[in-house]
Amino acid sequence: MDFINRLFKEDTASKNMAVERLRLVLVHDRASVSTGLMESLKEEMFQVISKYMEIDETNMEVKLNAGERSTALIANIPVKRIKR
Amino acid sequence: MSGKVLVITSGKGGVGKTTTCANIGTGLAIRGKKVALIDADIGLRNLDVVMGLENRIVFDLIDVVEKNCKLRQALIKDRRFDNLYLLPAAQTKEKDAVKPEQMVELCEELKLDFDYILIDCPAGIEHGFKNAVAGADDAIIVTTPDVSAVRDADRIIGLLQTYEITDPKLVINRVRPDMVRRGDMMDVNDVNDILAITLLGVVPDDQSIIVSTNKGEPAVSEQSSRVGQAYRNIVARIEGEDVPFMSLDFDLGFFERIKRLLKK
Repeated sequence: MDFINRLFKEDTASKNMAVERLRLVLVHDRASVSTGLMESLKEEMFQVISKYMEIDETNMEVKLNAGERSTALIANIPVKRIKR
Repeated sequence: MSGKVLVITSGKGGVGKTTTCANIGTGLAIRGKKVALIDADIGLRNLDVVMGLENRIVFDLIDVVEKNCKLRQALIKDRRFDNLYLLPAAQTKEKDAVKPEQMVELCEELKLDFDYILIDCPAGIEHGFKNAVAGADDAIIVTTPDVSAVRDADRIIGLLQTYEITDPKLVINRVRPDMVRRGDMMDVNDVNDILAITLLGVVPDDQSIIVSTNKGEPAVSEQSSRVGQAYRNIVARIEGEDVPFMSLDFDLGFFERIKRLLKK
């Protein structure tokens, strides 16, 4: 049992969760952007883009990405159909 | 003489700011430096008890700022080291009883007479923080390897930039080597990668800190103490020495050590 536990250690180690969660929360802290703000940004982007094209809201992804010195807003928005 | 003003800060409470301040201050004094410790935690003073000087307080920081006494009268000489002094916080006043300009003035005055002035900053980012940081030349950020303390430390690093402190130094406190090995505590590299500032030192979690606080004698003066060694290393680095970071595998048993050697 101990052997099996050790095999999976890297994945289950709670410190990895700490690092992951910290990285994510700090991206938002550093840009002073809350998750609530991101949600409303996403919502409004959806509305604006929907005027021009039909997009897949469930698979739409809007997130902040922190690099060494800068922060980028990354959006991945699957388009179903261009409206004419 | 023009001394250096270092603020010891963290954002989050209870990570060991006061203990760090007491140990670094005592450590510098042991090396022969003339050191003044300022407790900027007005209303919640504690540096006096950690230093074992609580029975000697006559005047405090507010008395000095309000010119009720001379600075010299309020400085309490340490029991053990002649070149170490404490300026205690007021216990009964409000946090906004001091203004940042007054702290700057106080620091400038102390710089003439001391090699190092260490300011023990209160937790939080309001009045007390602004006062403590106002006169500082550089900052030492204390954190523990947990999510909330590191997050707050990151916030402080950002805030310090507005005070033109762009290269603060990091002390990671209360590291538990057993938990790090199990993968249940962030290690020094994890914390260092996330915060990305200069690492000044790592202090292992040790019960002896409680004992030294009970006695009012900072652990840095105990030659046999591991925590004391960690603080002595920090002090040496502040003084510009290049000291290697100590191994945190000291709690391994004999067989565990042999196993490690064989693995290599």
